[in-house]
Amino acid sequence: MGLIELDGVERDFVVHRRVGRVRRHRDVVRAVDGVSFTVEAGEMVGYIGPNGAGKSTTIKMLTGILVPTAGSVRVAGLDPQRSRTELAMRIGVVFGQRNQLWWDLPLRDSFELLRHMYRVPADLHRRRLAEFVELLDLGSFLDTPVRQLSLGQKMRGEITAALLHGPSILYLDEPTIGLDVVSKSRAREFLARVNRELGVTVVLTTHDLSDVERLCSRLMVIDHGRVVYDGTVDDLKARHGQYRTLVVDLEGPAEPLVVDGAEVVRVDGPRQWLRFHRDRTTAAQLIAAIASTTAVVDLTIEEPLIEDVIAGVYVGGAPDRT
Amino acid sequence: MVETHGGPTVAEQAVIWRRLVGARIRADWQYRTSFITFMVSQFVAGFLDIVAIVILFSNVDRLAGWSVAEVALLYGTSNLSFALSDVFVSEAEFAAHHIRAGSFDRFLLRPVGPLLLLCGQEFALRRAGKVVQSVLVLAVALTQVPVDWDLPKAAMVVTMVAVGFVIFGGLWVLTSSIAFWAVEAREVANSVTYGGNFVTHYPLEIFSGWLRRLVTVVPLAFVSYQPTLWVLGRRDPHGSPAWFAFAGPLVALATVLVARAVWFSGIRHYRSTGS
Repeated sequence: MGLIELDGVERDFVVHRRVGRVRRHRDVVRAVDGVSFTVEAGEMVGYIGPNGAGKSTTIKMLTGILVPTAGSVRVAGLDPQRSRTELAMRIGVVFGQRNQLWWDLPLRDSFELLRHMYRVPADLHRRRLAEFVELLDLGSFLDTPVRQLSLGQKMRGEITAALLHGPSILYLDEPTIGLDVVSKSRAREFLARVNRELGVTVVLTTHDLSDVERLCSRLMVIDHGRVVYDGTVDDLKARHGQYRTLVVDLEGPAEPLVVDGAEVVRVDGPRQWLRFHRDRTTAAQLIAAIASTTAVVDLTIEEPLIEDVIAGVYVGGAPDRT
Repeated sequence: MVETHGGPTVAEQAVIWRRLVGARIRADWQYRTSFITFMVSQFVAGFLDIVAIVILFSNVDRLAGWSVAEVALLYGTSNLSFALSDVFVSEAEFAAHHIRAGSFDRFLLRPVGPLLLLCGQEFALRRAGKVVQSVLVLAVALTQVPVDWDLPKAAMVVTMVAVGFVIFGGLWVLTSSIAFWAVEAREVANSVTYGGNFVTHYPLEIFSGWLRRLVTVVPLAFVSYQPTLWVLGRRDPHGSPAWFAFAGPLVALATVLVARAVWFSGIRHYRSTGS
């Protein structure tokens, strides 16, 4: 049995729309439309989709904040609908844009409050906190009021706050939003360790696909309330991102190259971009073909950007479940 | 959709509440000027009520047969009840704020009831200014009213303050629950609580019949008017039964049960509709 199991989950919202001066029209909008998936313990899953696709609604149903309209949800063997408070002990949640720390107090105080809320024994708490302080390098700002912390420091505090009670599942909603490159890679590194070393199952929603590429073995794409892709990142690229691009620098500006199996998609002075289908030709064949007719100064191969691949999935729209 | 109980015990809840309140006070204390200013202003503003009563009595000797000391007893007990509910329970009102801001979800992610979290997290010690002022008025009134104090009467005063606190607390929760259905209903809610507090300052005889009947149902009449009648040895000129004076604890219990049911149904509604 999976740690998280969704079966045919639907969620409707009633939206009132004004028609005329006073009359309101009642519309039912289906935010989540028949989502089924299973997440096994220890997995790290990226749950992505455009705004309004149903990501947050799904997460809310997984935590018990929101009750599904139809279908069944089971998390850690519990029904979130009935056992919300019991489930709360076993999950940790980080909302990137919402603060769960006490704004005017030092991190240490927030952690102490959470310890009481989750009834964590003092010595266990001390041990865990020491671990996180070391892992996330919190020592230097543990006693600074949260409002004075940088965004990156705050995020490290948030993640710690979500994990101090030892949950088996961690939900992250846009955890790296607004972080600079260094803080981002730090947060990712830490999340990877949490997953690997503590065995915490992680479900991550994000707009930053590099988060998913770096962290998640599994990726679920949701669009219009349906799961349109469920599989590995590599698989997705293989299936939807067959095109790669060869970038060549010639000795000088030239006419677009004519090569079998590739087409020039962009020219900028001496630099040309050639798109090719990786099943029909290989980069090596292409390079050989070009080099036999033209002098090449430099070249690089661009992998498909995951953004483009996923945009292709949204547009394609055809449910593609594996 | 009954919540199964894996939750904290009452003792643990008390610890959580105390910790939350402690944190809140420490946080507020960082802005101590505004903290102290507000506290003093609450204290002073409270006396304006008294000034109003005194001005009233400088024009008439008696108000519906009540002397100024007797009204002060009524005012002191009911206002103390209200001030205590304002300090400890009025935080429930912040539900509306959190629902609108989308931060109410946060409360549902904790292994503790959202009402306890709200009351702890939004606790404002500065509201205690009104408690101090009410105690002062009550202390003066107790020495001035023409009552032969004995144990039952003293016990009644203590009980009525406690009962009033519970009734007002129930009304805070009840009216705050409206936010789960209509986020903008704060004014309606406040007219019941703050308005209710005002009504209980005065002998109910001075109000018109419909308001009197309304507060008997709502049930502000039980906050201090009925027990005060008994303490002062008065009869209700409108002939409510004498046992009304002793009905307070039951009325308080009923208020709490109703408030509790409405609050939980509000949370169920929130979880089934989203914000």
